[in-house]
Order: sequence, then C-alpha cells, then structure tokens
Amino acid sequence: MMRSLQDSLAGAPTMPLKTGEAPRERRPGPLIFLVLLWLSLLIAVVFLVTLIVNIVLEGGSRFGLALFTEYPASSPDRAGARPAILGSMWVIGTTAVLTIPVGVAAAVHLEEFADKRHWFNRAIELNVQNLAAVPSIVYGLLALAFLSLLGVRDKNIVIGGALALSLLILPVIIIATREAIRAVPSEIRDGSLALGATKWQTTWRQVLPASVPGIATGSIIALSRALGEAAPLLLLGALVFVSFDPNGLLSGFTTLPIQIFNWTGRPQEGFHELAAAASIILLGLLLLMNGLAIYIRNRYQKRW
Amino acid sequence: MLADTTAPGTEASTTASTGGPTTSSGRPPRSLFAGRPRPGEAVIRLVLRLAAGVAIVTTIGILIALLIPAIGFFREVPVVDFLFGDRWAPRFADASFGVIPLVTATAWTTAIALLVAVPLGLGAAILLSEYARPGLRKVLKPILEVLAGVPTVVYGFFALQFIQATVFREWLQLDTGAFSVLAAGLVMGIMIIPTIASISEDAMSAVPMSLRQGSAALGANRMQTSLRVVFPAALSGVMAAVVLGISRAVGETMIVAIAAGNQARIVTGPLEQGQTMTGFIASAALGDSRVGSLEYDTLYAVGLLLFAITLLVNFISIRLVRRFRQAY
Repeated sequence: MMRSLQDSLAGAPTMPLKTGEAPRERRPGPLIFLVLLWLSLLIAVVFLVTLIVNIVLEGGSRFGLALFTEYPASSPDRAGARPAILGSMWVIGTTAVLTIPVGVAAAVHLEEFADKRHWFNRAIELNVQNLAAVPSIVYGLLALAFLSLLGVRDKNIVIGGALALSLLILPVIIIATREAIRAVPSEIRDGSLALGATKWQTTWRQVLPASVPGIATGSIIALSRALGEAAPLLLLGALVFVSFDPNGLLSGFTTLPIQIFNWTGRPQEGFHELAAAASIILLGLLLLMNGLAIYIRNRYQKRW
Repeated sequence: MLADTTAPGTEASTTASTGGPTTSSGRPPRSLFAGRPRPGEAVIRLVLRLAAGVAIVTTIGILIALLIPAIGFFREVPVVDFLFGDRWAPRFADASFGVIPLVTATAWTTAIALLVAVPLGLGAAILLSEYARPGLRKVLKPILEVLAGVPTVVYGFFALQFIQATVFREWLQLDTGAFSVLAAGLVMGIMIIPTIASISEDAMSAVPMSLRQGSAALGANRMQTSLRVVFPAALSGVMAAVVLGISRAVGETMIVAIAAGNQARIVTGPLEQGQTMTGFIASAALGDSRVGSLEYDTLYAVGLLLFAITLLVNFISIRLVRRFRQAY
C-alpha cells in the first residue's frame, strides 16, 4: 500500500492514483467467501423449489374440482377437503375480526399515548416481545384450559380455534402496527396538533390513515401464519372426521393444515397424494397472501 | 386505496384550520393550553389501554393455565423423577414420567436445525447486508419471506415423504426407519433460516457506515470488513437471532410430530426416531384425555417445561438485543 503510493508519486505523475479496489476483491479468498455466501442463499432457494416441485408432482393427479367439493372419506378416491377449506375460512375470518382491532388499538396505545417510563407500559412491551416467541402449541394448551374452565364439553369449535390463533398472532400484529405508526414522521403530528386537533383526532385522522399500508401488510402476513398453523388446533381436538360444512361460531370444524396432517398419517399412498394436493391449495393461498402483502408494501408504503 | 386513506386526513386539516381561532364569530378566545374536556377521548384512551393490557392478561393466563394442572401433576409425580427420569411411558400400566427421552429428542432436532440454519442464515445475512445492491435485495428478501411462510405441516409432509423416505432411504440407502430426527432437524433448519437471516441482517445494517469506510481506508477488502469489522460489531444482534432460532426450533411442533417419530426413547444418533416434547403434546392431544386426569395434567407439565425453556431463551435474546441497540 505504502509502496504503491510512493511509486505512483515518484514514478509517473500523470498516472491516476491506483485505488487497488479491484485486485483486493479478486483474490481467491474473497472470491471463495462470496461464492459461499451465494451458496447459502442458493441452498435455501433450491430447497424451496424442490419442495414445491415435489408437492406439485405428488399431488397434481389429485388436484381437481373433487378436492374442493367432496367430503373426507375412508377411500382416497372419493375424499375431498371441502369442510377443511370452509373451516379454514371460518376460523381465519373470525381470527381477523377478533385480533386486528385489538392489535391495532394496543399498538396505538403503546406508540401514541403510553408513557414509556410507566411500569404498566414497560410490562406490556416486555410481554409483547415474549409472547411473540412463545411456541404455538402453548397457545393451544391455553385455549384448551380456558374452554375447560368455561365448562365447554366439545372444544373443537370455530370460536375456540379462532381464540387460540388470535392470541398467537396478536404480538405479530402489534409489532407490525407499531413499526408502521413509528414510520409516520412527527412533523405530521406536530402540524395537526398545531392546527388545534386533539391527540386522538391527530391519531385517528392523520397517523392511522398514513400507516394503513403497513398495518395491512403486517395483518395479512400474521393471518397467513394463522392459516398455516395446525398445532394449537390439534390440541382442541380438530383432528376429527368432519363430514359437514361448518356454519357458525359454535360449529365443529377442521382446517386445511389439520386435514393435511390427517392424510399424511394414513398408511395408503392415495391419502399421501391427497395431502400433497391439499398442500398445493394451502401453498397457493399463502403465496397469494404474501404476494398481496409485498405488493401493498411496495405500492403504497410512503418513504417520508 | 391511498387516495381513500389520505382523503379524511386532508379534509380534517382544512376543517381544523377554518374552525380555528376565529375572532369574527365573537366567541371569547380560549387559552391555548386549557383544552376543552373531552370525556369521549378519555373513554377511547381507556379502551386502547385495555387492548394493550390483553398482552399481560395472555401471559398471566398462560401461566395459570400451565401451572394449575402442572401442580396437580407434581403432586403425583415427584419433580426429580420428572426432570431426571430416563423412561417416558405415561400410558403404560407401570407408568413412568422421566422427561429425559423427550428432552434428548428435542435437543437432537434443535441442534441439527441450528447446524443448518446458523451458517446458511448468517451467509444470507452477510450477502444481503454487505454485498447485495438494493435492487437485488428487493428480489432476494421476498424469497426468504416465502420460505418463512410455508406452513409447518407442509414442511413436515416434505420431511417425511421426500427427505426421509426418498432421499435417505431410497437414494442414500441409509440405515434408518420410517422416521428420523435428522430429517425433521434438517427441514426445521431450513424453516429457521429466514428468522436468523432477517434479524442478523438488521443488526449488520445497523452498524454505522463509518466503520466500513474506516476499514476500507485501511486497505481491507469486503470479506475482511464483513468478517472482522461488521460481524463483531453486530455480534450481540447475531446472537439474539441465533437464540430466537433456538426457541423456534424447541417450540416447533408439526414437523417433529410428523417426521421425527412417536416413540419416546433416549435418542443417541441422528438416524434414530424420537418423540420431542412438542411431539408428545401433539400426540397426547389426539387421545381422549379427560380434564383433571393424570394424562391431561401430564400435557401441561411438559408444556410448562417447554414454556420455561423458551421464556429463558427469550429473555437472553431480549437482553442481547438491548445491548446491541445501545452500542451506537
């Protein structure tokens, strides 16, 4: 380094100063390092592609209208996932209604109104962080205990499953909403307050509308997580033979992930194909939801 | 959608400006600081606070829900027998409640998952944070998010039907049964990559640019800068990511319930099958266990152990993140 600098100063004053950037990055060590970095990402991508191809190859033959219209049966040739699809819709819909208002309200409290030094608010923050990492099956145990406490005999009901999933994704929605609210610059709040609006008017008319894209993105991703979740519902006893359409909050249900789990555990190969076919539906739905979330984020999120 | 959401906002600001301190209306000017009391807003604030309190209620609910049946369990089974016993057979006539077999299976699947996820996740994080241009990052990050979005039951199906049955038994001719902790751990590791990658990428991106520039000015190349400057500076954040990965692996249920096995025996090798703590809870839930029975209480004793482990791990993670936030 020193030498090359001296050389260039003494030898050829007309030559531009050598920055040495390119050769140092092209040595074997750094190149191997870069290849390893790409490889680590590539392995993940190859795995994902293999998974999707494998599922599509295995389940493609069973993927058809019958899968959407038929009820589960003891023979794979007559079985379908209709109640599971409807059950998933009921449970996720109920979960969304239960959890989005509460999550957004909690985030608004923490970001806009809460005194951060107050013990109550610090306890909430710590709790939200912790709850976000509690295993999903523990929420199943909680819902099971809660329904037992209420004396509910048949615990496999839509509202019970939605309750477990709501508590599961509540921290996700709170954290996403807080980030969306935090991204709104304080000048907008100051401007609104300076014009005479109260704190709540500022929040309701300025901050929340500006953070809708972020909240929507976070909520969709949280709901897609709930849609793919099976463990808490397993505890409520959702692994049952449901041969009817769920029709209300107190109706018995099964969901797509539970149906896949059920078919995976059967010995006959036909059921494994059905499990793969149902996985195609589930993966499709989740890709759709994730794509929608990414689209909203890229299209509507403002950079202030 | 954007037009919809901003319209009320602009409308509000115009009405606020016209309805502001007007002298022509003849009303006496109010003090700027003494706002009109607004009982409605007090109610709204209370509702918001209650919504935030749901988080605390949930934690307390989890604690009570786990503790009460677990206390019932420990009345019948001594704590020492539970924690240090090496035979798990809750449904046998000569029932035994030593949790060690479940813990060994969880330890195996978690360790295998970390062996996969930590190097690959950190590699992806360094690539995204130190090498990738914004355009490339915009393409690569959604792919990782999709990986995180695949339902665990689909991962489990893939681990059982493809990794275990096709790759391990047909192609590699490995000496293994229908299930193995290796298949479950491998797939779980891939599942955790996005968690580790995104949190460590955040930590690395938070390292000030001046450190990288200083390193480059001293003649270091990008590899040296990444490994000797950025990585150590982001270490506590990276550790937090790994710790969070551990808690995800310990708590993951469906992959191990499908692919790891369902016999609770001490696991001594990666090709053996084994029932994990979460796997036990899932499989026991399939049976019909009455409230208040020992079988029902057993679920909660294992659940409590699981919760205690993840809680401990989370606290370590939160501590580590705080440290790395304070650094700059």
